[in-house]
Amino acid sequence: MEPRELIPHLFRREYGRIVSVLAGRFGVDHLDAAEDLASETFLTAMETWPYRGIPENPVAWLYTVARNKASNHLQRENLFREKIAGQLLRESTVTEPDIDLSDRNITDHQLQMLFTVCHPSVPQSAQIALALRVLCGFGIDEIAAAFLTNKDTVNKRLHRAKRKLRDHAVQLEVPADARLAPRLESVLRTLYLLFSEGYYSERNDAIVRKELCLEAVRLTYLLLGNPSTDTHASNALLSLMCFHSSRLDARLSDAGEPVLYRDQDTTRWDTALIEKGFYYLQRASQWEVVSKYYLEASIAYWHTVQGDSREKWESVLSLYDALLTVDPTPLAQLNRLYALAKVRGNAAALREAEGLPLHDNHFYHLLLSELTEDTDPTAALESLRAAYRYCGTETERVFIAAKMERLATQLRTR
Amino acid sequence: MKEFILIFRHENANGQVSPEQMQQWMQQQKAWVDGIAAQNKFVGGTGLLFDGAKVVDHNKLVTNGPYGDIKETLGGYVIVRAESAEEAAEFAKGTPILEGTGNTVEVREIVTH
Repeated sequence: MEPRELIPHLFRREYGRIVSVLAGRFGVDHLDAAEDLASETFLTAMETWPYRGIPENPVAWLYTVARNKASNHLQRENLFREKIAGQLLRESTVTEPDIDLSDRNITDHQLQMLFTVCHPSVPQSAQIALALRVLCGFGIDEIAAAFLTNKDTVNKRLHRAKRKLRDHAVQLEVPADARLAPRLESVLRTLYLLFSEGYYSERNDAIVRKELCLEAVRLTYLLLGNPSTDTHASNALLSLMCFHSSRLDARLSDAGEPVLYRDQDTTRWDTALIEKGFYYLQRASQWEVVSKYYLEASIAYWHTVQGDSREKWESVLSLYDALLTVDPTPLAQLNRLYALAKVRGNAAALREAEGLPLHDNHFYHLLLSELTEDTDPTAALESLRAAYRYCGTETERVFIAAKMERLATQLRTR
Repeated sequence: MKEFILIFRHENANGQVSPEQMQQWMQQQKAWVDGIAAQNKFVGGTGLLFDGAKVVDHNKLVTNGPYGDIKETLGGYVIVRAESAEEAAEFAKGTPILEGTGNTVEVREIVTH
């Protein structure tokens, strides 16, 4: 038997490619048909390859099958239309279906599909689900696992999203001229959320989270392949994702517990990704604007610099100051205080922390406990108790309980 | 040595199964077939597609199918060489098709002459 092996996730990758190209040929309102044909293509492989061996060029084999199925589908459709509408469509439809599965055409259609699924008429959570489905080839159960919800909810979400696309007659295209900027912003926001779902969610297993991050990187990379979407913000977002992804392995211990930045084994940081992050950060800086993504990417860059230099934390602090003026989120406020503590000491950070209206945020109490740990362990323990009360997941509860245990032991042996 | 046909019966799961899952099943099924072939006991086999399937009844009425009452239908077959139906059934236990609850493999001896 031939020792030919398939690359992992081949079907998943090709699903997104085939669906995008077929939807381009059939129209966005026939997205379901495109998806069915892609599934049937893999089913054909499933019923053939085990017995006849894996073909020499699996991708070309899949494309041939998909092309045949698509042309059969189009012929059936035409026949149906002629019968139902009684129209003589011969002149307009007797063309060989041109299903172009070249690399260039696949990339173009995936980029167009990205704009389609991120259309503002579709709610954001549905945009992410639809992107995972039609661009990343995730199954319904895999999307449900990523969102910690059930299959029915995902199915409903996808169904509604597709109806919105039909109702608004959304075309498969990269919008031109004045329409482009707001649509690109919406695409970037969705990709940022997709990445965050993988990176920050404490609720999922490490493999699912990593895959979400990598898919977000892959889709963002598509934007850089087209001159009109290769913008400052696209490069900055990709840079941010690369820097963060470089720490994906170091952020979790072998037992699957979160490892704080300062405790991470820096040899587990992915230097290739750090280099890529730096490359795209430099590309982003060619434009004379500064976006939220650029500030976040710059902060992420400084976090890849090892050690505790004064320059590092002063830079991080001023970047957070700038970020808060454009995007004042609680997470940014709290992270700024970590930098402030490094630059001006715990007492200064504590004074500012007390003014923040974040008393039901467990990260806030974790920060307070860190700032008071050395000077007032009793207060630190009290903050940990509050953090324990407000945290949302089992992993966090275990993590905080362990900290409480350590601090309580220290207090007793004092 | 006799020949046995192992007939797979399963539901049409199109649209319900993710591409990732299909790739895994395909590879498991291939490993299973390769294992039988390595013992020189694999005669042949194939999968059967659902697209465009038809059912013809005794009135020569042709319908698209198989749908309706039939939940499980023929999904493919493999022919193996074995000393006995028991040995052939042992082979059958290895196919990933049986991971689907409700899916079955029917083992039947083939008349060879």
